[in-house]
Amino acid sequence: MNAPLLAIEDLHVHFNTYAGTVRAVNGVSFEIRSGEMFGLVGESGCGKTVTGLAIMRAIPSPGRIMKGRIFFQGEDLITKSESEMRDIRGGRIAMIFQDPTASLNPVFTAGYQISLQITQHRHVSKKEAKQLAFDMFSEVGLPHAKSIYNTYPHELSGGMQQRVMIAMALASGAELLIADEPTTALDVTIQAQILALLSQLRESEGLTILLITHDLGVVAETCDRVAVTYDGHIVESGTVDDVLYQTKHPYTQGLLAALPDTVRHKQSLEVIKGSVPDGLHSVSGCSFHPRCPKVMDICLDQPPSLIIVGEKEHSASCYLYMEETA
Amino acid sequence: MFASSAGMLNRHQKQVHALDGIDLDIYEQETLGIVGESGCGKTTLGRTIIGLIAPTSGQILFDGQDLVNASKDAKKSFNREIQMVFQNPYTSFDPRFTIIKCVSEPLKIHTNLRGAALTKRARELLEQVGMPGEILHRYAHEFSGGQLQRIAIARALALNPKIIVLDEPTSALDVSVQAQIINLLQDLQRQFKLTYLFISHDLSVVQHISNRVTVMYLGKIVEQNTSEAIFEGQAHHPYTQALLSAMPSVVKELRRKQIILEGSVPDAANPPKGCNFHPRCPVAMPICSIAEPVLDNSGAGHPVACFVVNPIEKSTDEMIQ
Repeated sequence: MNAPLLAIEDLHVHFNTYAGTVRAVNGVSFEIRSGEMFGLVGESGCGKTVTGLAIMRAIPSPGRIMKGRIFFQGEDLITKSESEMRDIRGGRIAMIFQDPTASLNPVFTAGYQISLQITQHRHVSKKEAKQLAFDMFSEVGLPHAKSIYNTYPHELSGGMQQRVMIAMALASGAELLIADEPTTALDVTIQAQILALLSQLRESEGLTILLITHDLGVVAETCDRVAVTYDGHIVESGTVDDVLYQTKHPYTQGLLAALPDTVRHKQSLEVIKGSVPDGLHSVSGCSFHPRCPKVMDICLDQPPSLIIVGEKEHSASCYLYMEETA
Repeated sequence: MFASSAGMLNRHQKQVHALDGIDLDIYEQETLGIVGESGCGKTTLGRTIIGLIAPTSGQILFDGQDLVNASKDAKKSFNREIQMVFQNPYTSFDPRFTIIKCVSEPLKIHTNLRGAALTKRARELLEQVGMPGEILHRYAHEFSGGQLQRIAIARALALNPKIIVLDEPTSALDVSVQAQIINLLQDLQRQFKLTYLFISHDLSVVQHISNRVTVMYLGKIVEQNTSEAIFEGQAHHPYTQALLSAMPSVVKELRRKQIILEGSVPDAANPPKGCNFHPRCPVAMPICSIAEPVLDNSGAGHPVACFVVNPIEKSTDEMIQ
């Protein structure tokens, strides 16, 4: 088994707002092994994006990392100085976002932006940087690298912009790519292209990918392991096969049953009643208990901890499985 | 058709064929799914049907009467029969209107209900979509996306329409909320004998809710069939097949061999010659870049616009020679 490239331990990120403290991430722990594609899945407001930003130490104000440790190749990122983080951010760890149009600067050409990225993080001449940019563009499947170099972002389609973003991430030699909903804004056929590209880069470059998504279908087809988040913490994690097909946690079960492709035509879909809590008003006990179909008395008092429920470190935080291990 | 202008003082006008020769029938109490990627004209189709966009040419017949060339009064009465629910519930409501004002506006325009009777009807509509009647005096920003979409459905139901055009009604919602809205739509359809035109890019939702499915590409229909047939192995058009294979699914049996298409949807202002799909098509033949295929039953027993599926007619064949 590979050593973890990234290990997050008990991460808490809070946003102090006028309305009160929003606990966006509330005790998240997971490990990503070198060379794997790890899925972080959940509905909106579950803290997936904030977790990604926390790894980059780029939480927007008024958010703060309150507690926890983030180990990247054994080094704790939380204790790094801002100047050390500047080298890591965009250098060893890169991040791409849902909306590539908003991620690229509209007043600079794609080539200028990637060259800037390269010269920031690598000691190369301008000429070498340009050549490297061409190589990266063809690596991510952008045809006519030379003409792409001189285009402005608005001249490119969404799929091509996302490819430019991926090229920028690779150009600086990133070992970990955090992809936050990289295909949500794209059409299905383009989504398939981008996911195929990510899988291919993983093979050829040995890139490790943290894929943040709301789409269980995408996770099923691309990831090795997955963690399901709910209300700022992880409710279930393990290999994709275990989590999606040997599902233990009632929330994961509910999410899967709510997918239209899992039920026969015309039958009504299973519904998780209510909606995701807002992080502002904390729920006592297990935060899923108001929506849980299998709620017990114990669920109201104390939040359950993540325990091993199956093979290959398949774990879930649910009292349904506590007795079995006790 | 849209005029797209470029250059100073609009000197150069280009025409964009957002919809190009669409023939479509919708039957009573069915759900017709319209599937396609962005820019294929599915939203334009929905908007044209409810009269928000006037077609450049063509007819829209409702119960045999033409909607496009109808008088102003006749159009107003058609508006009662055809309603729409939009993709983004957050922008579907006037932020300064209370919920009662939003829901009762169509009733004020089209009926004589006023005062207490109006309030009663508004309350009744909200209860039909599973919202408590007490919310009448609150504002749109106080609700979540799923709740707002329910209110939008209540507003669409206000005039007892026959057809509701649903333009990506669940795309902005989370999976668990999406399931609630889909179930609601199916219940309401049974209860009020509604006909749905369900526009979506999400194939799994369309498969679940539709009786028949129409696949569109760049302003044209490429394939039309029953939902069962399209999703259970009877998809014939290469674009439909690619679209299906690109759909990620958690169900292992539904995973098809991935056909990854090259490039992206071409610009509608500048469509390719011949078949619109030929530059991306994995099975394109020489004829595809010359002649335009028409929707035809001959090859597959259901309408498909493709030379690979349908036998090429002699006249077209001679044209290539």
